[in-house]
Amino acid sequence: MSEVSPEKIRELKLIANKIREWTIKMTYAAKSGHPGGSLSAAEIFAVLYFHEMRVDPNNPEWPERDRFVLSKGHASPAYYAALALRGFFPEEELLTFRKISSRLQGHPSLIVPGVDMCTGSLGQGLSAAIGMALAAKLDKKDYRVYALLGDGEIEEGNIWEAALTASTRKLDNLVAIIDRNMIQLDDFTDRMIILDPLEEKWDAFGWKVMSINGHDVVQIIHALNEAKKEKGRPSVIIAHTVKGKGVSYMENTAKYHGKPPQNEEEYEEALKEIEDERGKI
Amino acid sequence: MKWEYESPRKAYGETLVSLGKEREDIVVLDADLSTSTKTAMFGQEFPERFFNVGLQEQNVMGIAAGLARSGKTVFASSFAVFATGRAYDQIRQSIAYPQLNVKIVATHGGVTVGEDGASHQMIEDIGLMCGLPNFRVIVPVDSNEVRRVIRFVASEKGPFYVRLTRPALPTITSKEDDFVFGKGMLMRDGEDIAIIATGIEVSYSLLAAEKLKKEGIDAAVINMSTIKPIDKEIIIKYARKTGAILTAEDHNIYNGLGSRVAEVLVENYPAWMLRVGMPDKFGRSGKWNELLAYYEMDENGIMKAARKLVEVRK
Repeated sequence: MSEVSPEKIRELKLIANKIREWTIKMTYAAKSGHPGGSLSAAEIFAVLYFHEMRVDPNNPEWPERDRFVLSKGHASPAYYAALALRGFFPEEELLTFRKISSRLQGHPSLIVPGVDMCTGSLGQGLSAAIGMALAAKLDKKDYRVYALLGDGEIEEGNIWEAALTASTRKLDNLVAIIDRNMIQLDDFTDRMIILDPLEEKWDAFGWKVMSINGHDVVQIIHALNEAKKEKGRPSVIIAHTVKGKGVSYMENTAKYHGKPPQNEEEYEEALKEIEDERGKI
Repeated sequence: MKWEYESPRKAYGETLVSLGKEREDIVVLDADLSTSTKTAMFGQEFPERFFNVGLQEQNVMGIAAGLARSGKTVFASSFAVFATGRAYDQIRQSIAYPQLNVKIVATHGGVTVGEDGASHQMIEDIGLMCGLPNFRVIVPVDSNEVRRVIRFVASEKGPFYVRLTRPALPTITSKEDDFVFGKGMLMRDGEDIAIIATGIEVSYSLLAAEKLKKEGIDAAVINMSTIKPIDKEIIIKYARKTGAILTAEDHNIYNGLGSRVAEVLVENYPAWMLRVGMPDKFGRSGKWNELLAYYEMDENGIMKAARKLVEVRK
């Protein structure tokens, strides 16, 4: 199923692990931020920035680059960590996250090298990604556009406006990835709004739909490859994930959606679990 | 006064077409109102660069942002009520904050939308858009100025809001006039009061000034097309000269031109002032000129306010 070497797969897993470590360190240093939905998307960021996307950290505005829109803007810790690890800016800067003198705003902003779109107000990123994909078609460029959406986020009506338009415009250079971690700020998504059957909804909206385990880098790579083969319609990857993945007390709870480790013990415990996981990779 | 009348929307459509011929980077979006906003004229010439997205104003603004982030100069149009109110957060987050190269050109601003009634008569848009950091706001006075303004915003990077009206406007500037961004244009000088007006209200102010002259009130008339940034110099100059400022706009008296002018006066040169505009009320159906009379925003309304202003100053 995969043409990717075992070494590459191990590298991607280690990067996802590193993104988790930074997520904990950044949010703890800032005493704010959103670990839950960053931890759930760590493998997605690792595969996008270290395998899938054509980017040049020395030339962040390279016109031929693939674009990425973090529509679920609150996953900024994982996003910034991926950008820094990829070389867009120094890793040390990550600890300035959310501080007054920092470039690393609470939610993605264009002042951060490598950020293609500022986001934070949910439901808007897919529209911006459509604009970028339309521009690629107009300019006859072959860059691709990726948007990462939260499952809570797709409650926003704007997402479904965009879903209709992307298929109408046959945007096969666009891939949406939904981080289906089942939890939003207040509660489990199912207790708020019934999103299922999610696959059928996107299918009915004219998208190629793939459902995967969003923590399995091989499955992510495979789905992204399949999306490249699709002609005449956009692809959506529903990545089934665990909110707070990798830190046991943050898993499957809404409590750490927008809250960092609450004390030194929690902080140390989170880092220890992530380190232990690294040993097993 | 004998004026020619010309549709500002048609002038917008024509200018888009000529810009489209000159520049490959111009793209235009609409939300199922292109035959009214006249962006359809661009769509006919350049179908590949025209995106009639459908009834999705929020999506339109997000797509506009993505196109602008990819190097396009983007014009996005709808009626003022939908272009601003319906999509305000998308404009704020995806266009204003990242300062992207999007020109929102809205038609059907103000109560002069007419028969469609309050649901379609946007009287808050100037306030909404002036309140957004990075946005600049322009209300062209006639079709000649529409052409100049559209060319100007296409040549300047970053976000603009341009507000047009539905009815044809009397042509009161010449083809040779310049549009100077951020500068008010003195249309008629006067000693007793200064009427600072925008859009359709400028021609009514000129009519009023003509009649006021016969009553012994010498009124200056200033066309304030740029609402943000506002021309402080001309406001202060005429406050000094006349001591009495009257504003006139097809917009709520709150948060529009009148409020902007009041801010300048209070901080720089307090003077007597009155505002003509919608009195913080939703409009109603009717012919556009009947509505201007009904809400005392036509020349009679402006004259009435001018007399009152002269009275209070005594």
